[in-house]
Amino acid sequence: MFNRDFTEAFLRNKGAVVGLVIVAAILLLAAFADVIFPGDPWDMAGAPFTHPLDDGMLFGSDMLGRDIASGIAHGARVSLLIGLTSTVVAVAAGVLLGALAGFHGGRIDDAIMRFTELFQTIPNFVLVVVIVAIFTPSLFSIVVAIALVSWAPLARLVRGEFLALRSREFVQAAITCGQSNAAIIFRQILPNCLSPIIVSASLMVATAILLESSLSFLGLGDPNAMSWGFMVGSARTVLRQAWWMSFFPGVAILLTVLGLNLVGEGLNDAFNPRLRRKRKA
Amino acid sequence: MPHMLRFLFSRLTKAILVLGVVVVLNFTLIHAAPGDPATVMAGEAGAADQMFVDQLRKQFGLDQPLYVQLGTYVGHILQGDLGYSVRQQRPVADLLLDRLPATVALTMSAFVLALGGGIAMGLLAAVNVGKWSDSAITVVALLSYATPIYWVGLMLVLVFSVNLGWFPAFGYESIGAGKEGLARFADILEHMALPVVTLGLFYMAVYTRLTRASALEVSSMDFVKTARAKGQSEWKIVTRHVLRNAILPVLTVAGVQAGQLVGGSILVETVFAWPGLGRLTFDAVLQRDYQVLLGVFFVTSVLVIVFNIITDVLYVLIDPRVEIA
Repeated sequence: MFNRDFTEAFLRNKGAVVGLVIVAAILLLAAFADVIFPGDPWDMAGAPFTHPLDDGMLFGSDMLGRDIASGIAHGARVSLLIGLTSTVVAVAAGVLLGALAGFHGGRIDDAIMRFTELFQTIPNFVLVVVIVAIFTPSLFSIVVAIALVSWAPLARLVRGEFLALRSREFVQAAITCGQSNAAIIFRQILPNCLSPIIVSASLMVATAILLESSLSFLGLGDPNAMSWGFMVGSARTVLRQAWWMSFFPGVAILLTVLGLNLVGEGLNDAFNPRLRRKRKA
Repeated sequence: MPHMLRFLFSRLTKAILVLGVVVVLNFTLIHAAPGDPATVMAGEAGAADQMFVDQLRKQFGLDQPLYVQLGTYVGHILQGDLGYSVRQQRPVADLLLDRLPATVALTMSAFVLALGGGIAMGLLAAVNVGKWSDSAITVVALLSYATPIYWVGLMLVLVFSVNLGWFPAFGYESIGAGKEGLARFADILEHMALPVVTLGLFYMAVYTRLTRASALEVSSMDFVKTARAKGQSEWKIVTRHVLRNAILPVLTVAGVQAGQLVGGSILVETVFAWPGLGRLTFDAVLQRDYQVLLGVFFVTSVLVIVFNIITDVLYVLIDPRVEIA
């Protein structure tokens, strides 16, 4: 799947390369947060309300004198951690349910799809807020809540792929050979629909990061973890006096989500060269 | 139109099913919450000894088996009783009804703005595909799609109310201005401008991208070539042939995303102190007022279903081929 044609097609897409660079930069920032900004991001680093570039603080300080640049670097960890883990959980659930529905068809399909539709109708963000508020905010409850509202579209997608692939000859051959259902699902069909799953997963990480930041903006983030949404939310009341406190963390979120979206679209175009040519025409 | 009636009827049955599940989910969440409701209530009332907790348990039927409690709960909801907020000393249903009009006004306006603006922008980009206006629209849509909604709100406040002073930064109307009639209406509109743009921008980006993609796909189809061959004007080709077909997938997604629009209003209302359900939710989160939160979840689910039915009806009106089943 990731052969040379694919790499070339991906790299020819300018947007995708920009996205990849942004995502790589954020990953490095998260990995080396402790090296670039040693010390606790919650500690006072200078006078409160320091303007950007003053006192050796690139993005200034907040109401309690905490270094905003340091908060952004450490916040990258939380955003990526929550974005990635909740996506892994959601992908696992979505693939499993979608595969079961598409492979078995009939009543099982009906039941699973009703369930999926229901989760697509319910107002997602409200459900996340309610769950996190009731089970008290922690990394665990946030990941579970985000995963719970993200799996449904993926399940639909996987089901569609399975429905289309189920009647293909190689699957019929595997059935004739007497392979078990699990082997056919995971070893025959699933590898053939990985590319749309990878594309949606990269977009899901972006959505999960947005959701997490919205939660911590409302004060429902993990109280022990510095996060971008929390920084914007807590600086909201002093917006008139200190624009930089909410501006820079917001830019960090914007860039991360933009990078992930661009990578996702680049992957999509590289996986479907014919579609891309058609779109350009 | 008996067809339309039957269609609406089938949608309503589905809606009732969804609401049923929401109610059960609400019930499960209350009981899955750490600490049982009696202790929580006792905590809210101040200090309590074991006897008081037991008495509360008995008073609210918490000593009954779960299925009996679920039955009671469903019965209450059917009578429009969504519980009682101990914090605010008012029934939850009253609180929600007070706030509902503001949220409906905000989300409906944002929805109309997003759908109208998005379809117009997407079509404009598709018609000028490859030119600078296409690139500009695509880049703006890409950026708006990646920006957290509450941050857009804050930045708009910074630019348009703090620096330029064009629009008020928060609230529903000027307090104590004593405006009446048209002046009051204009005042409310002025207050609505920024929240509606904030909420609408993200979804406008989504619909722009969708419309562009779908319009490009439609314009390579044979019937468009036929229209062009028979000498129809470019304007008519775009509006009559391309638009009407390209709009369908956009409407489908708009219907599915209605839920997220209502969710987004929580954030926007928090930023702009808009006195709607979102603001109520924010306060309830701060005070850990579960009864109100679950009520909000129920009411927003109802709103989403209403949005879905509206988009379904629009779909049928635009595409007469759709079987109304």
